[in-house]
Amino acid sequence: MEKEIKELVVISGKGGTGKTSIVGALAAISGEKILVDADVDAADLHLILSPEIVERHDFISGHEAVIVEERCTQCGDCISLCRFDAIDEASFTVNSFNCEGCGVCVHFCPEKAIDFPEKHCGEWYVSNTKYGPMVHARLGIAEENSGKLVSLVRQKGRELAEAQGIDLIITDGPPGVGCPVIAAVGNASALLVVAEPTVSGKHDLKRVLELSNFFNVPAMVCVNKFDLNRKVAIEIEKFCETNNITFIDHIPFNPEFVRAVANGKTVVEADDEDLVQLLKIIWEKISSKLEEFSQKAARAA
Amino acid sequence: MKIAVSAQGKDLDSSVDPRFGRAPYFIIIDPDTMEYEAIDNKQNLNLPQGAGVQAAMTVIGKEAKVLLTGNCGPKAFKTLKAASVDVITGVKGTVKEAVEKFKKGEYKVASGPSVQSHWS
Amino acid sequence: MILTIASGKGGTGKTTLATNLAAYLGNRAQLLDCDVEEPNDHLFLDIEWDERETVTTVIPEVDEEKCTRCGECGEICQFKAIAPLEATVLVFPELCHSCGGCFLVCPEDAIDEGTRELGMLEIGHYNTTGFVHGRLRIGEAMAPPLIKKVKEKLDLNKIAILDAPPGTSCPVVNTMIGSDYIVLVTEPTPFGLHDLKLAVGVTEKLGIPAGIVINRYGIGDAGVEQWAEKQNIPVLLKIPFDRKVAEIYAEGKLLVEELPEWSQMMGELLSKIEKHLQN
Repeated sequence: MEKEIKELVVISGKGGTGKTSIVGALAAISGEKILVDADVDAADLHLILSPEIVERHDFISGHEAVIVEERCTQCGDCISLCRFDAIDEASFTVNSFNCEGCGVCVHFCPEKAIDFPEKHCGEWYVSNTKYGPMVHARLGIAEENSGKLVSLVRQKGRELAEAQGIDLIITDGPPGVGCPVIAAVGNASALLVVAEPTVSGKHDLKRVLELSNFFNVPAMVCVNKFDLNRKVAIEIEKFCETNNITFIDHIPFNPEFVRAVANGKTVVEADDEDLVQLLKIIWEKISSKLEEFSQKAARAA
Repeated sequence: MKIAVSAQGKDLDSSVDPRFGRAPYFIIIDPDTMEYEAIDNKQNLNLPQGAGVQAAMTVIGKEAKVLLTGNCGPKAFKTLKAASVDVITGVKGTVKEAVEKFKKGEYKVASGPSVQSHWS
Repeated sequence: MILTIASGKGGTGKTTLATNLAAYLGNRAQLLDCDVEEPNDHLFLDIEWDERETVTTVIPEVDEEKCTRCGECGEICQFKAIAPLEATVLVFPELCHSCGGCFLVCPEDAIDEGTRELGMLEIGHYNTTGFVHGRLRIGEAMAPPLIKKVKEKLDLNKIAILDAPPGTSCPVVNTMIGSDYIVLVTEPTPFGLHDLKLAVGVTEKLGIPAGIVINRYGIGDAGVEQWAEKQNIPVLLKIPFDRKVAEIYAEGKLLVEELPEWSQMMGELLSKIEKHLQN
């Protein structure tokens, strides 16, 4: 048996907690690894890692209904059958924002006047960064199926890790608890939840941890900008303790996070010894927990 | 009896694909005669979701009684089981090697899915 | 008027803006939190709840007695949520998009309407401001149908403020559709600008006028402002970075109730939006 691949998925529930900056920092600190940007709706990791694209692929998912004007008799069957209000009653055209790609109108159109072409929904890339290979993607504007694209970039990341004999994957996950996050959490070795000490940060954290439970993926938590509200930060730490969730550390509010991004760099490249030192300690803790979790999982299997 | 193998290519020297739902090909083979047929799974690769279920339906439609693959998710597993297809996961090497090992009885039938849902 | 507050990037201050704007408007406003994955608006408003309902979606339930295993349901289903086998017909509720295809296509009338729970719809009010939000069931992947349910409660006699989820994918588009105006909240950083461009792309595709609010003004660079000027998109409001604001937010309090300048800012924001809409 070759080395077991460990995948750390970094999520936050709420957006804007500093998740991507922390992924960038961990990318700079950790050793050999594959990076995956699974925040496909608003992929930002490339802004600090300046990837050089080596492979570019189309992302095709599902189909889309298109009414062919010449064959359409405007009988209106499609309008009454469509449960997604995707057909404009005046122009007999399909509103692609609403079309779910279910094909019901295509099947039942008496004139066979509705085509059902495959849908091009975005692109995905394999790139080189100074911290290792990276798989990332760009979902077309207002496109659906980000969950599938998340699965795809994670799968490609894993294949790349296998092919290159690399046993660590660090994945920048999407915000929220819905479809893309579900796709990012399943089968991960562990989650790192980057929380912020606000009432909404705490609320979202709880939702994310329910998800970790639901999918049986162990979670660890770190609080960013803890000094914006020490009281809530400590509540989060206590909450983790009582719920048997690994609490990693508190990171203070630091304008260096924003400044580094503005310069297209990771915070580790900034001139702040204390911050870099703290992030290194944090990575040590995460890394040993990740090892522990994946050994436990291997024994259970 | 026929068996199905998820494969990266169209012949017996292709590697077994560790993925079931999104494998590029299925090799449907009679282990006694080693006569086989390759089924292109390309259509399935672009499905918005449910690739595992669809792959299972393909294998069932070809009347295979056993599936050799790397991993099998819960929905595909449930579908195959409902059609009494035995699932063997953790299979590696070429398709030919995998079939030979199967004939020697070196594999154990899986009692459950080997991976969680991929949500696709 | 229907006003959607959105942002490409999460954590830019959408919730802050939506809740404070709603509170500022009082009985003239209705607030609908459409971020059903992470509904947060209620945390900042002391809501009195009036109604609560479970939202479900339709899924197939097969009557195996009537079913002849013709296989048509499996054929029409694009989402592979129904698998007709010899021995049994399997349904995977979590894959079903409720398109109704299997019901329509079944020649034996063997498919009944079952349900799957999507989440909760909760209705209440904060002082005189109407409030609605949805809460997606954990493990449920499909947010858009729940968002549509939240929007069914729209009160067109009010200024309806829709707090959108972050990002640019289907839940966001579902929230924005039908709006008169979209306020895009961003922060003055390259992350903020990058995601703002994506969000503007969505508003342009939908053909809905949009303006920008720059939050935490002063922490980053001038990239957002320069880009907005070049694109001719109005910057409606610049909210200076203030540690005090961050702390009030962190405690879950309303800024319009703590800092008088916030009421003034909300008034300014509304008049800028009205001006933009008149042009």
